[in-house]
Amino acid sequence: MTFLTETLAWLLDPAHWVGAGGIPTRLAQHLLFTLVTLVVAAVIAVPIGFLIGHTGRGRGLAVAISGAFRAIPTLGLLTLVALWVGIGLNAPYVALTVLAIPPILAGAYTGFEAIDRKIIDAARAVGMSEMQIVLKVELPLGLPLLIGGLRSATLQVVATATLAAYIADFGLGRYLFEGLRIRDYGEMLGGSILVILLAIVLEGLFALAQKLVVPRGVTAGRPTDIPGGSSRSRPVMELTIEEGNSHVRNE
Amino acid sequence: MIEFHSVTKRFPDGTIAVDDFSLVVPSHKTTVFVGTSGSGKTTLLRMINRMVDPTSGSIDIDGADIGTLEPVKLRRSIGYVMQNSGLLPHRKVVDNVATVPMLRGMPRKKAREQALALLDTVGLDRSLAERYPSQLSGGQQQRVGVARGLAVNPNILLMDEPFGAVDPIVRAELQQELLRLQRELGKTVVFVTHDIDEAFLLGDQVVILRTGGKVAQVGSPAQILANPIDDFVSTFVGAERGKRSLHVENHGNGNIVVDETGRLAGVLVASQSTAATASGSESRAGPRGPGASVQGGDSR
Amino acid sequence: MTWIWSNLDLIWDRTFDHLILSVPSIILSFVIALPFGWLAYRYRSSRAVILTTVGLLYAIPSLPLFIVLPFIVGTSIRSPLNLIIALTLYGVALMVRVVADGLGSVDRDVRQSATAVGFSGWSSFWRVELPLAGPVLLAGLRVVAVSTVSLATVGAVIGAQSLGSLFTDGFQRGIEAEIIVGIVATVLLALALDAALVLLGRLLMPWTRRSAIGVTARPAPVIREVAA
Repeated sequence: MTFLTETLAWLLDPAHWVGAGGIPTRLAQHLLFTLVTLVVAAVIAVPIGFLIGHTGRGRGLAVAISGAFRAIPTLGLLTLVALWVGIGLNAPYVALTVLAIPPILAGAYTGFEAIDRKIIDAARAVGMSEMQIVLKVELPLGLPLLIGGLRSATLQVVATATLAAYIADFGLGRYLFEGLRIRDYGEMLGGSILVILLAIVLEGLFALAQKLVVPRGVTAGRPTDIPGGSSRSRPVMELTIEEGNSHVRNE
Repeated sequence: MIEFHSVTKRFPDGTIAVDDFSLVVPSHKTTVFVGTSGSGKTTLLRMINRMVDPTSGSIDIDGADIGTLEPVKLRRSIGYVMQNSGLLPHRKVVDNVATVPMLRGMPRKKAREQALALLDTVGLDRSLAERYPSQLSGGQQQRVGVARGLAVNPNILLMDEPFGAVDPIVRAELQQELLRLQRELGKTVVFVTHDIDEAFLLGDQVVILRTGGKVAQVGSPAQILANPIDDFVSTFVGAERGKRSLHVENHGNGNIVVDETGRLAGVLVASQSTAATASGSESRAGPRGPGASVQGGDSR
Repeated sequence: MTWIWSNLDLIWDRTFDHLILSVPSIILSFVIALPFGWLAYRYRSSRAVILTTVGLLYAIPSLPLFIVLPFIVGTSIRSPLNLIIALTLYGVALMVRVVADGLGSVDRDVRQSATAVGFSGWSSFWRVELPLAGPVLLAGLRVVAVSTVSLATVGAVIGAQSLGSLFTDGFQRGIEAEIIVGIVATVLLALALDAALVLLGRLLMPWTRRSAIGVTARPAPVIREVAA
């Protein structure tokens, strides 16, 4: 139990809550890094994912790429990029943006693919233009899975950003490496708990967002009444292994 | 008036869906394409609003070649009703009906008002307007589908097996509704089905198609029943097996109409002079066939 | 290339270390996930609790888990056991949902016909439901295998030896080739384990050989079972 008291002592020490190396600063760095990485990755991945989902073209390639990325160890990518571009924040930014793209891409196109083809066919038949189909039909119906993709990417980035403290002086991960180095159990445990809390809070927020964006008409009523409805509403609600195959941790 | 001029559709995989098809679809009448799967009937329908473009040949609507028209604009001027209703699951019933008018620039308020009126037209209670499609029964969803098809007050209404997914009782109800609507509105309806009974019930002009999009026979139900052009058509319409042969049996003080297998088909009502001549002798008659008016029962 | 030839022994050693970490974790994940997945599938009330728990478990970043775990279960932070436990937890978190989904994907009619021809609940699970959920379980296990192999490299930063040690060592000494070899070896190892699982699946589920998904072939094993 001494570890616990040491950890509490470290977490509650006012000295750790101020200054450049303080918890608020490190937390802000961690969050900002995550946000920037996600935004850049989303700006690249979402349009491509929508294009793949809408046209059905290039799907095989996208699946192959996200499959390959799943096997690539993130630590290897981080250290390799760091050797190339030097120590500092550039390497993690590059490496993590690359790693965040596949799950967002997969979320974007699986979201479109999970929509009943007949709905899209009908939308086209009554005279919606392709852009209107994307914006008024596919986007709202595919949003839950896109958010699911962002959720996977966020988890991945938050976790790997911790690891990135190995090659750059930033984020909550610093406490872990520093604590390990000087064998300060309070610091390494306190830092770990902060990272775990951050990850779980973000996970919870995304889970909530994912529930909120499911269009009311999709959850309303008795799904057995719509032909094919029950089989369709499932992938919208849940992200299972096969469709969100990038929802896999490998940081 | 819709005219098909030597229309052929060959899909990229080589299958010929429609082969050198020519037809005039008269205005304000119901034309039914009927055939088994693979007969190209849906392809023909979808060519009219350019969901499918022909490989060769052309289609004119009121004299204008639709190949020269912008597909999206064309589709917004033609009503379309499909089997599973095709409603947008994330929009309320009233918004689904108002979709196309709003795409054409009608203000939301007006489009919704008009949508409510259309719910009346198709026999739906206005209280359903604020529901989502998934909260309606299959039959109600189809009615909403029809309302949406009528929303822009189109001259042409395309219906792709609209009653195929509902149970027989609801289907019969919807068929009667469509006949009523058609009497009131007089649209140019093009209707696709694989059910010959439905075709004969609804069609002013029936087009029987064989595999590969070839026309087997075109005509009114009566013409086709009376003069099936070949064995394919007689088999298809069921005349061959005597399915549609009816005869009258006298049971005391009433004349009963009975089909070939001896099953009850209805009661002969002596409202027409032809009833007398038909009495006692075997006559071939369809649901709309000449000679006898059959009341009640079901020829199937 | 010269780095590879002069360090073949090192690469072999680290590959072996890596196998020691990942193979037991993958097997344990499957074994432990089965009962929990079954519970989640069988009892609606437990479903939400179990799936939320594994979801949260899965959200925990790996490095903090590697560090916190020793203080909870008493392992040494650098020991292979510590990593195996952590990797197993992630594997379980993934597999529980897969097992629940896989069992749920078994056709209702098939389940009922199994009961109707006289399978007890227990034998129906082992001889009908589990084999029929097989393709889904295999797909999940393949994902677990690949991600476990990838995750195991993270242990290198806390000093647990694996192919990941090639990253930390290569980074500290500035040897690009070492890192690249580490990445390639990790990917190859993941692919090898993946291929082994596919092979195992073909041996254990011969009825799926013809169709990849096994949807059309699903009733077949039931007939086999009934005949046996």
